Amino acid sequence: MSAREIILKRLRERSDGPLQAPQSDFTVVTGRGWSPQERLERFERLITSVHGEVIHTTHAEWTKRLIELLAAKSIRRLALGHEHPVPVAARTALRNQGVELVDVDRDIEDWKREQFETVDAGLTSTGGAIAETGSLWLWPSPDEPRLISLVPPVHIAVLDADAIEDTFFDVIETHGWAGGMPTNALLISGPSKTADIEQTLAYGVHGPRELVVLIRHQREAT
Amino acid sequence: MSVKLYPPKPEKVYFFGTCLIDMFYPQAGLDGIRLLEREGIEVVFPDDQTCCGQAAYTSGYHDEARAVAAAQLDLFPDSWPIIVPSGSCGGMMRTHYPQLFAGTPREAQARDIAERIYELTEFLVHVCHVKFADKGEPQKVAMHTSCSARREMGLAETGPALLAQLGQVELVEQVRAAECCGFGGTFAVRHPEISAAMVEDKTQAIEAAGAEHFVTSDCGCLMNIAGRFEHQKKAVRGEHIASYLWRRTS
Amino acid sequence: MSVQHFIPQTYTPQAFHRQAHEALDDPQIRANFRRAMDGLITKRRDVFSDWDLEALRELGANIRLRALAKLPDLLEQLEANCQANGIRVHWAENGEAACRIIRELCEARGAKSVIKGKSMVSEEMHLNAHLEEAGIEALESDLGEYLVQLNEQTPSHIIMPAIHLNTDEISEILHDKTGTERTRDVDYMTAAARAQLRERFMAADVGISGVNFAVAETGTLCLVENEGNGRMTTTVPPVHIAVTGIEKVVEHLRDVPPLYALLTRSATGQHVTTYFNMISSPRKPGEHDGPEEVHLVLVDNGRSGIYQDNELLDTLRCIRCGACMNHCPVYTRVGGHTYGTTYPGPIGKILMPHMLGLEATKDLPTASSLCGACGEVCPVKIPIPDLLVRLRKESVGEGRGNVPGAGVKRSRKELLAWKGWQWLATHPAAWRGSTVIAGKLRALTPAKLGPWTEYRTAPKPAKVSLHALVKAHREELAGEGRS
Ligand code: SF4
Repeated sequence: MSAREIILKRLRERSDGPLQAPQSDFTVVTGRGWSPQERLERFERLITSVHGEVIHTTHAEWTKRLIELLAAKSIRRLALGHEHPVPVAARTALRNQGVELVDVDRDIEDWKREQFETVDAGLTSTGGAIAETGSLWLWPSPDEPRLISLVPPVHIAVLDADAIEDTFFDVIETHGWAGGMPTNALLISGPSKTADIEQTLAYGVHGPRELVVLIRHQREAT
Repeated sequence: MSVKLYPPKPEKVYFFGTCLIDMFYPQAGLDGIRLLEREGIEVVFPDDQTCCGQAAYTSGYHDEARAVAAAQLDLFPDSWPIIVPSGSCGGMMRTHYPQLFAGTPREAQARDIAERIYELTEFLVHVCHVKFADKGEPQKVAMHTSCSARREMGLAETGPALLAQLGQVELVEQVRAAECCGFGGTFAVRHPEISAAMVEDKTQAIEAAGAEHFVTSDCGCLMNIAGRFEHQKKAVRGEHIASYLWRRTS
Repeated sequence: MSVQHFIPQTYTPQAFHRQAHEALDDPQIRANFRRAMDGLITKRRDVFSDWDLEALRELGANIRLRALAKLPDLLEQLEANCQANGIRVHWAENGEAACRIIRELCEARGAKSVIKGKSMVSEEMHLNAHLEEAGIEALESDLGEYLVQLNEQTPSHIIMPAIHLNTDEISEILHDKTGTERTRDVDYMTAAARAQLRERFMAADVGISGVNFAVAETGTLCLVENEGNGRMTTTVPPVHIAVTGIEKVVEHLRDVPPLYALLTRSATGQHVTTYFNMISSPRKPGEHDGPEEVHLVLVDNGRSGIYQDNELLDTLRCIRCGACMNHCPVYTRVGGHTYGTTYPGPIGKILMPHMLGLEATKDLPTASSLCGACGEVCPVKIPIPDLLVRLRKESVGEGRGNVPGAGVKRSRKELLAWKGWQWLATHPAAWRGSTVIAGKLRALTPAKLGPWTEYRTAPKPAKVSLHALVKAHREELAGEGRS
C-alpha cells in the first residue's frame, strides 16, 4: 500500500467511528453594514496604523498626485504594467517626467538582479480593499506580476474608494472567489515588517519598506 | 459576568468541607458554615464526607478518584444545594464528576450532584445576596482568586465583590492578578522549582501592591502563598476568605 | 551590559528538569520571556476588545471540527483540486519519509541551495539536517529563524522563533557570523539581514514553505506572514515545495477568514498580518514570475493516531497561533527550549507525546498547574487542561492505552499510595480517626517535606479537624436551643 492509501485508510477506519460534521454560522464575520464613509475611514485608520500611507485623490487627478509622489520620494525607476488602465494612464502621464518606466512583462529569470537591485518602486492596481482589517486585495496577472508588489523598496497601490468592502469574508463571497482562484491571490496590509529583534518593529525586512495607497474618489473629497 | 441562573435562597444546604480544610484549615470551614447560618440557612454537614478526589484525578489515577468520588455522591440525597468553600474542589465536582462517571450507572447521579454544586463566595453573592457590615480596623488586602474558581467555575468577581462590602478594607490591585500561584496540586511536588518561581512572583506581586494581608478562596493556594511568605519571614499573612469575612463581620 | 555567548546546545524532553533548572537560574532568559509575553498578552487583549470574541472562537472551533469530521474526504478533494491546478501532491507517513520526498524533489532539479519560509512541520522532521547531509544547503529566511539558525539553535516559540534572544545578543550573533557592526540599531540589523538574504533568494534552486490553511474546495495553499520572506520563497525560486500536516486542511474558502482573524489576533495581537498569500497553482503560460513547479507534501507523523480517539482529536484543531504559550505561566518562566521538543508550551505538551511517545516526554504532561490560562485563550477552544489530564492518565496506565508509551509511568509505589488514600477516603470512620491522629501528632510534622519546604514553610495539621469542629458547633447550637 502507498503512504496515501495507508493514511487515508487509517483516517477512514478510525477506532471511535465516523464523526458528524457540524454546521457553521458565519454571522460574526459579515453583516457589518458600514456606510461608504465608515468603510473609508476604517480602512485608512487601520492601514496607516501599520505604517501604510494614504493619499486621497480623484480619478481625474490621480496621475498628478503620482508624479508628485515619485518626485517627493526621488523615485527614478518605476516598474509597472502595460495593459491595465492604471498602468496605462500612469505611462501616459509619466512620459517626459524624468522617471524611467521599467517593463514588467518579462520573465523574472531574465531580469532578476535588475528587479532586485535597480528598481525604486512598483506600481500596481488593486482588486479592492477590506475596511475591517485595512487590507488591499490583489490578483497579480501577466500584466502586473507577483513580484512588483514585493521586491522594490516602495509599493504604490491604486485603489478606488468605492471598491472598499466590509470584511474579507464579504470579498470572498461577493466576488465568488471559490468559483475560480487565480495562481496567486494576495492581501496586503502595510509594508513588510518584522518584530523578531526583541519585539521592536522594523520595516522593509524582505519586502517594501513603504506602501503608499492612492485612493481615487469620484469627485474631489470635501 | 455570570450568565448562570440561580435559585432563590433555600432553607437548607449541604456543606462539603474539602479534605484540606478538614485537616489543615478547619476554622475556614466552620466560618463558612457560620456565614451561611447567619443568612438563616440550615447547614447540613454529612459526617461521612472525606475528599472530592481531585488530586488523584489530575494525577491520572481515575479509577481511584472515581471510587472516592462515588463515596461522596451518596452523601447528598436531598435536592438542596451543596456548598463547597473551594474553587478547585467545586470545579472538580461540578465539571469533572460528570466526565468521571460518564457511561457508568452513576452518571445521572453525578450530573445531579454537579448541578447542585456552588462555590461558597458564589452562593453568598448570587443566592444569598449577603450584605455585610464591617467591624474591623482599616486594612489593605489582596485577593488571590484560584485558577479553578476563575476559569473552571467562572467566578473571578465574587470574592472581590464580597470584600468590596467591607467598608474599612482597601482591596489592592496586584500585577498579573489572574496568573496562577504555582500550586497545582501534585505539580508543586513534581516540578518544585517551577512552582517555586511562580509562587515567588505571586508573593512579590502581593507585597508590591502594598497588601498587609491576603485572602483566597482556595486552601491549596493559601498553603502555597502563605507558606512562601512565612518561609521568607515576611509579615504578610493570609487566610481563607470565609474566615476573613466572618472575623470582620461578627 | 555583558552579553552572554551561547554555546550551541541540544535540548531534549528527557532532560526537562535539568533544562528547567538552568532556565530558571538564568535571569536574562527569564527577563526576555517575561517582557515578551507580557507585551503579547496585552496586545492580544486590546485587539480583541471590539470583537464578539466568544462567537468568533465558537466559529473557529466549529470550522476546525467540521474539517476533521470530513478529514479523509477533504484530503482527497484537496489533492484532486491541487492536481487539477498543476500542484503535485505527495503523502508521507512520517517525518523521515517526508524528508526523503523533499530531498528527492531537490535532487531531481539538481538543487544545491534551498531557501525556506517558516515551517514548524519542517522543524518537526528535522528537514534542514537531512538536506545538509545530502549536500543541499537549507537556509532559513524568516528573520527570527535566520538568527536562530545562525546561532545553531532551534526556535523557542512557534511564532517568534528568536524570542529568547535580546537585542544585544542578536547584534553579537550577527557580528560573529556575518561580520556586521555591533549595534543596538534594529533598523541597521534588519537591513543587513535583508541584503544578505536577498542574494540567497536570487540564488536559491528551491523554496520550501509551510502552510497555514489548505483549502480543499479550491486547492489553495494559504500562508500568513509579515516579512515577505514567505512570498519570496514561494515566488522567486523555480520550485516551491509546501509541506504541511494532514490536519491543516479546511473545507471551504469561506472557512478561511474567521480562522485568519483568530490566528493573527491570538498570535501577536495584530488585527491582520502584512501578507496573506494564497497560492493555487504554479506559474501559468504567459505569467512572468512564480515557480514552474509547486509541490504539496502532506505529512502524517502521528496525526492519524491522534485522530482515532474522540477526546484526543481536539488536539488536531490547533491552528498554531502560540497564544497558549504566551499565556502559560510555566512557559513564561522556563522558555521554549526547556521543553526539548519542536512545539513547546501547552500545545507541545499535548502534541509531542503522540510524536515522540510518552516515555521520552513523560515530564511534559505533568509540567502544568492546570491553571487553564491556555484553554481560556485558545482560539479554537481546545480543552488543553483536560487533554493534559488525559495524557497523565495514559502515562500511569489508566487510560485507553492508545498513546505511544502508555503506562510508562506506572509505578507500584505510587499506585499503592493512591490505593491507600482511596481506602482511607472511602472509610469515613478511619478518615475521621486519621485526622484526629494527624492533629495529635502535628508537633511531629517534619519541618522538611521534600521539595515543598525548600521554598515554603510546611503546613501543620490542625489540632482539631473540621469534622470535630462541626460536631462541637452542633452541640453548642443544640445547647443554645435548649437554654
Ligand atoms: S493549542 Fe490553541 S492556543 Fe495553542 S497554538 Fe494551538 S490554536 Fe493556538
